[in-house]
Amino acid sequence: MSTRVAVLVFPGTNCELDVVVALEALGGTPELVFHTARDLRGADAVVVPGGFAHGDYLRTGALARFSPVMAAVADHAAAGGPVVGICNGFQILTEAGLLPGALQKNAGLKFLCRTVACRVETRRSVLTGHAEPGAVLQLPINHFEGAYRCDEATLAELRADDRVVLRYVENPNGSLDGIAGVANEGGNVVGLMPHPERASDALLGSTDGVVLLESLLDVRARV
Amino acid sequence: MRYEARIEVTHLPGVLDPQGATVERALPALGYEHVRDVRIGKCIRLELDAPDRSAARAAVESMCERLLVNPVIEAYEIELTELAPVS
Repeated sequence: MSTRVAVLVFPGTNCELDVVVALEALGGTPELVFHTARDLRGADAVVVPGGFAHGDYLRTGALARFSPVMAAVADHAAAGGPVVGICNGFQILTEAGLLPGALQKNAGLKFLCRTVACRVETRRSVLTGHAEPGAVLQLPINHFEGAYRCDEATLAELRADDRVVLRYVENPNGSLDGIAGVANEGGNVVGLMPHPERASDALLGSTDGVVLLESLLDVRARV
Repeated sequence: MRYEARIEVTHLPGVLDPQGATVERALPALGYEHVRDVRIGKCIRLELDAPDRSAARAAVESMCERLLVNPVIEAYEIELTELAPVS
């Protein structure tokens, strides 16, 4: 049975259709779910796509976490359901407390829009179940606030528990420890700054994101 | 009573402040050679009604903890002023 994925739409989200097209091409059944929804309509997995939810006002992701749909996302995550936040979606998940840490302005104060090499650090997440640890993926980044930050105790915990999912091969934005993506304790909630949906077709210049999206669609790989 | 709250939000000590660092590098180019430790944050100003000063402060602290500040990377200070009653 095809995996049903709720793709969330906040005012200002702008990557939802890229995610829908990429998931459909891989055999998934994505459905757009507006931020005012109070349930996920029985979806197996959730993607919080990129963009500028609520205009990024106050802080990126700060207002989106109060949207009604986020309570349903929190319940889904608590029940072990897969949730993936991409770029602005990652920022929203940290603000919502579903992932540790925060995303800060890039070191160098430049908006970065280019393809970067990212190393898969673990298979123990819903996004990397099919990936080889150590594999290097060419993935586009497109952000101003992408420098990952957390306190030392949290960083030690992330490392010890194998929760750093992706690292930049060459740190483009000043992220702590080169972190490009992290997971929660269960590995079912993942946030990453790179955009796998923009590396899902040869026409886009890379298909390295496919292995990540396929991992997500294979809910049996759930950890 | 009506109060004005000014909330100064800054980076936690030790958290990289790329805007502050950039401005710190720019000021010497204008001849300000002796500038140190530039930090850039934001100021949030609001008015609120509360029975007394401590209730007003408690309300603003709650707003900071729940929305206005991200404690992972930011610190804050609240300055509270009682506003003159409207006659």
